[in-house]
Amino acid sequence: MSEFRRPGRGLVDYDSPVKFSFDGKTYDGFEGDTVASALLASGVHLMGRSFKYHRPRGPVGAGSEEPNALITVTRGKGRMTPNLRATTMEIYAGKETASQNRYPGLGFDAGAFNNVFSAFFPAGFYNKTFMWPKSFWDKVYEPFIRKMAGLGPAPTEVDPDNYGSVYATCDVLIVGSGPAGLAAALAASKKDQDVILVDENPQLGGSLISSPEVTIDGLSAADWRAKTLKTLEKSGNVRLMPRTTAIGYYHDNFVALAERHTDHLPMVEPGRIRETLHRIRAGEVILAQGAIERPLVFDGNDRPGVMLASAAQTYLNIYGVAVGKELVVFTSHDSAYNAAFELAGANVRIASIIDARREVHAHLIEEAERRGIDVHIGMVVSGTKGKKRISEVEIYESVHNDRKRIKCDALLMCGGWTPSLHLWSHSKGSIKWDSQTGVYLPDKANENCVCIGASNGDFGVKAALDAGSKAGGGRKTYKTEEPDFGVGEVFDHLPSYKKSSKTKAFVDFQNDVTDKDIKLAVREGFHSIEHVKRYTTNGMATDQGKTSNLNALEIASKALGKDAPQVGLTTFRPPYTPTTFGALCGYRTDDLFEVTRKTAIDPWAEGQGAVFEPVGVWRRAWYFPQDGEDMHAAVARECKVTRDSLGIFDASTLGKIEVVGPDASKFMNLMYTNPWSKLGVGACRYGLMLGENGYIYDDGVVGRIAEDRFHVTTTTGGAPRVYRHMEDYLQTEFPELDVWLTSTTEQWSVIALNGPNARKLIAPFVEGIDLSPEAFPHMAVREGSIFGIPTRLFRVSFSGELGFEINIPSHFGLAVWKALFEAGQEYNITPYGTETMHVLRAEKGFIIVGQDTDGTVTPQDAGMNWIVSKKKKDFVGKRSLQRSDLVAEGRKQLIGLLTDDPKVVLEEGAQIVADPNQPIPMDMLGHVTSSYWSESLGKSVAMALVKDGFNLMGQTLHIPMAGGVVHKATVVKPVFYDPNGERLNVL
Amino acid sequence: MKFSARSLFANALSGHQNWPEQFPNKEPKKEYDVVIVGAGGHGLGAAYYLANKYGITNVAVVEKGWLGGGNTGRNTTIIRSNYLFDESAGIYDHAVDLWDGLSQELNYNVMFSKRGVLMLAHNVHDVQSFQRHVHANRLNGVDNKWLSPEECQKVVPILDISQNRRFPVMGGAFQQRAGVARHDSVAWGYARAASKLGVDIIQQCKVIGIRRGADGAVEGVETEKGYIGAKKIGVSAAGNSSVVMDMAGLRFPLESYPLQALVSEPVKPIVPCVIMSNAVHAYISQSDKGELVIGAGTDQYTSYSQRGALHLVEHNIMSICEIFPIFKRMRMLRNWGGIVDVTPDRSPIVGKTPVPGLYVNCGWGTGGFKATPGAADMLAYTIAHDAPHKINAPFNLDRFVGGRLIDEAAAAAVAH
Amino acid sequence: MMLIHCPYCDEKRPEIEFAYAGEAHIARPDAAEQQEMSDAQWSEFLFIRDNKRGEHCERWWHANGCNMFFNAVRNTVTDKFVKTYKMGQKRPSASQISKWNEGGNV
Repeated sequence: MSEFRRPGRGLVDYDSPVKFSFDGKTYDGFEGDTVASALLASGVHLMGRSFKYHRPRGPVGAGSEEPNALITVTRGKGRMTPNLRATTMEIYAGKETASQNRYPGLGFDAGAFNNVFSAFFPAGFYNKTFMWPKSFWDKVYEPFIRKMAGLGPAPTEVDPDNYGSVYATCDVLIVGSGPAGLAAALAASKKDQDVILVDENPQLGGSLISSPEVTIDGLSAADWRAKTLKTLEKSGNVRLMPRTTAIGYYHDNFVALAERHTDHLPMVEPGRIRETLHRIRAGEVILAQGAIERPLVFDGNDRPGVMLASAAQTYLNIYGVAVGKELVVFTSHDSAYNAAFELAGANVRIASIIDARREVHAHLIEEAERRGIDVHIGMVVSGTKGKKRISEVEIYESVHNDRKRIKCDALLMCGGWTPSLHLWSHSKGSIKWDSQTGVYLPDKANENCVCIGASNGDFGVKAALDAGSKAGGGRKTYKTEEPDFGVGEVFDHLPSYKKSSKTKAFVDFQNDVTDKDIKLAVREGFHSIEHVKRYTTNGMATDQGKTSNLNALEIASKALGKDAPQVGLTTFRPPYTPTTFGALCGYRTDDLFEVTRKTAIDPWAEGQGAVFEPVGVWRRAWYFPQDGEDMHAAVARECKVTRDSLGIFDASTLGKIEVVGPDASKFMNLMYTNPWSKLGVGACRYGLMLGENGYIYDDGVVGRIAEDRFHVTTTTGGAPRVYRHMEDYLQTEFPELDVWLTSTTEQWSVIALNGPNARKLIAPFVEGIDLSPEAFPHMAVREGSIFGIPTRLFRVSFSGELGFEINIPSHFGLAVWKALFEAGQEYNITPYGTETMHVLRAEKGFIIVGQDTDGTVTPQDAGMNWIVSKKKKDFVGKRSLQRSDLVAEGRKQLIGLLTDDPKVVLEEGAQIVADPNQPIPMDMLGHVTSSYWSESLGKSVAMALVKDGFNLMGQTLHIPMAGGVVHKATVVKPVFYDPNGERLNVL
Repeated sequence: MKFSARSLFANALSGHQNWPEQFPNKEPKKEYDVVIVGAGGHGLGAAYYLANKYGITNVAVVEKGWLGGGNTGRNTTIIRSNYLFDESAGIYDHAVDLWDGLSQELNYNVMFSKRGVLMLAHNVHDVQSFQRHVHANRLNGVDNKWLSPEECQKVVPILDISQNRRFPVMGGAFQQRAGVARHDSVAWGYARAASKLGVDIIQQCKVIGIRRGADGAVEGVETEKGYIGAKKIGVSAAGNSSVVMDMAGLRFPLESYPLQALVSEPVKPIVPCVIMSNAVHAYISQSDKGELVIGAGTDQYTSYSQRGALHLVEHNIMSICEIFPIFKRMRMLRNWGGIVDVTPDRSPIVGKTPVPGLYVNCGWGTGGFKATPGAADMLAYTIAHDAPHKINAPFNLDRFVGGRLIDEAAAAAVAH
Repeated sequence: MMLIHCPYCDEKRPEIEFAYAGEAHIARPDAAEQQEMSDAQWSEFLFIRDNKRGEHCERWWHANGCNMFFNAVRNTVTDKFVKTYKMGQKRPSASQISKWNEGGNV
């Protein structure tokens, strides 16, 4: 076993050795190890390179706050994950890991070139250079800067994993399972509350796992933890969730939890969920997130082997790993003495404790000396040596200019503790500055939430336990034996004899921000901490400043000569730790991202080999190619057969709203531009709907089924908003009207039959309706049955041919369609799709709202003044139509265009000008809204919105295309086919 | 001190001890010719152009927080000008013209990267709409071209262009001259350049009132640091515009909504340009640090809270993973919110107000960053001339009365 | 995601059940009033909004619930609902709102 292992300590399973690889080399560890603990056990501290200067780095921490030891983990195709923290990645047999941001390798990294010239890359250097010559920016500098981007490799393959998604509620959500969290859970559990307890680590217990010196109510901390966990497990009302990070705290006690299921497992069966996002609505939230130890800022504090004192404790007590053989401890807080003593107790030589403070409790010094540890009070570490790992520290005393060198292979540092206020701040709880300890503490809650234990500044096990019990609704006070957590002093800077240009003291390790950068920022006028952050990038790395923000604040406020609260604190933003996109997607990816809506008839179209197009939330059959036809050929054939004989079209996606009630016609009068009162029962009318701003909002045919009942149709994409628009007006503006609205889009299948043989086809199968033209004229609706199925049969036409729209309950849609299709063989019936529908309607000049109109077109613009009632006192949009700009001359108006070369089909969206030879920017008159090849007419037809178009009839306009081609077209009325509508009357 | 590789080198040798303050924070004088309310990119830029282009240097910019701390520092930094209407193309393209060369003009590298913006079309309606944009842009002199799915993939190799997807890529509109810039640097660069020209930048100085004389014209602003006289006042307060205009007794056609954005952890270069999708509803680019920068639409309700709901973030990420399924294993690093002020036609209001001496630049909604230099210049011009430039003249308040709206969103229309 | 009290269901439900529907108490002028209004007055009805920083009267639609539109007072700085109330009830006075605020209810 490695000389750095301390068998018998920690929670790792010494009976289960595990081999894994790091940068291609195999290492040994045990089940329960992290990549970092196992590498440290193998004597490896060098695990990564920093972002900017590519400096060699080892782990600073032992948990999710880690800024340095970032690795890439690979496990087969599509399962490469960059930027993971070696300190939280549990190992399994065969795990493949690699360091990042280095070339060609971690030991020798060409990028470290930057480090040599780091003096030229201070904070904000990029603002000051790369500007000359200008042309170099686009071609040289910028591409180079972009190439330098990034830490880990970018993914290139699709992630095959699945992710889960859960919504849940609970009475009490507890974040953090240290003494405070566990005591809170115990108390809440006893009160019969429904409790969720989460912790980001694999083991619950927080600092209790790492507190061998502590007893609670007569039990060792380990035994108390075990007993408590057992009690909670058995309680039946507490859900324990390890490996679960509370990532964000949102409105009204809505907390998101990211749970990791499989990353630690050697074997993952296919289909297993990798991570789950739980969204918890909690009655009460108890935040017991603890505190994060603060690094000290001194020259060489980033050398591999320099780490937080508590991290060394964690490696010892959880993983049974001594982080070195001969350690130096550098501290400004009592707590590091305990760390030193624990390590000394584990057979690790503590060469010295260096305490930056001038005054330290005598008992600590005595305790140290009792263990044979030198204590240097009032001294600081002024430099470190060592390449891949620290080998020596230099210590310094400023008054007497004492200097001394001490050999070591690891340096533990402790600059005090920073309570974790992340989730508290997400919830918009306020914070206050505690000048004594130099930290921010929770102040007033904004939600039903408390912040307890170390995250509330209450350090020590007993304080945490008692606060936990109280927060959980209990009144228990615990008896503990524990070393005094002690006090500390905050240093904004540590004395040094060196010229500042010769030092590099890091604040944000990952982003290579030094104290000098922060002072430079202040010198250059960046006086708010948000400015300092953005100018230096301090706190913007993947750890989001967990170890660096408070040090930066101290340095900046000292440089400014202001109190920290005046300088501020950067805002905590979710997520607490980086969160997998997949987990945020949950199951809503691929087919479930936005579910494609299909009509009842869709399977038939699919069976026929239809090509589909997405239309809003639906997919619709676009055209039905036969025998290898392309779209053009298929559409030409579909049009021809429909005009000559019979076409069948699935119009089920049309929006449908049933408007019912004694005041139904009054309501319709208000919602549409045209009048409805006199529309007879059994008659249909085309309706045009405006927004209150006077622009065309929607259109559709409406049938009056009874005095008090209208069958309204809307555009396919417009259905939901038209429904909302109607409900809004009905409930808010016209509540006195006795009307009910029901969306019936899904209830009806709609089969449109168009063509001279339409009536002949349905006649044998329709019962209860007299289909004769006299009894059932164009624009009428009747109720009866077809094939014995109840139907609302509309005689309407969107093609100009004799047409029927057969509405039947959706579950009969497919059967009726098939029966009609079979019977239609006699008439050479053709199914057609949306493209043919468009051609047929465009030949007739029927508009599509949203294509021939956009949100800026009035009925007048569209040539539809005839449908705007002059008699009605009110309808939605009426007053707006009178606004000065809406009645002004020269508005864009909908006209028809015929190209001079009938073979040319204009591009939809093409712009129209009077003079194609004018210079750019050209004066554009409008654009082509619809344009199709008309097989029936043997020429192309188009519609366009053109400035003052109604007055341009017969004139030639130009459509300049890219590449210099200019099409010519003549302005005509937008009705190209059967202008007198005779084909509707075929017998 | 002029910024250059040379000065950087020289200062490195002296330990960077001699850099002066880039934008000294001033205490207010008694009176200014012009007071600009709001020290974002737009407000600072307006002060800079007033001093540099229009010869008015007795200018103060007052800011309630820290400069560049609003939407300037919270956006996804997209710059483009491929708008449909002549009016929009005019003002956004003016901005792009100014972007190009801004680093040199300000002697401050704002890192404007012309990496291009690709807008993906996923259905026939998108194709029609984008074609309309491309044609209009071409005739307006705005570079924007239509790309086939294969051409889109050439620009963005990680794009999946198979046509059997829920949102197939049916093509795209690509503007090469568009791209991104470093948002903070824009505010700092303008602040530094304006400071040098004598503009006072006064931070931590919230405006609490606008004083008007007997004739109704503005006289000055009441602030937390006392009264500051001003012959003219330009308001460039983004999400808080309604609040400031209310101090002058004006009610505006504005609503303020939360807009969220997020970044991933940094990875090596993978997204070569800005990619936007209306149908899937998301946009993405990659910062020079390597972070994927991602955004979408606003939360549904008005708010000044600078935070939004998680389900929008979830949907935003789902959308990105729909376009780029390879990103499912990426991780979100940070998610934040800003306040965007939205007008009824989603186009800005830049010009005079009914109050003499009071000028406004607001209503940029989600598109303000890209317009920064253009909007700033137009606000400055209007203040200096007491009349709008022809570029910003259409973006007046009166259009809401007569109905001559500039409705880009409506013109993009909703699917049939 | 906020929790919103629907005054018709008398339940707090998550935000995704609701659709925001803009500022409340902007009554649509009747036909006669419309004709008397100038374009400027009409545009005020159409477009001008309080956009208040603080307590804001607004409408919500319980679209994926009971389908009712209702009114609410919400603080736009904290996003906290002060009170929701049924359509047709009058705009609450400032003193009423502060009373509700003290009561801390919704």
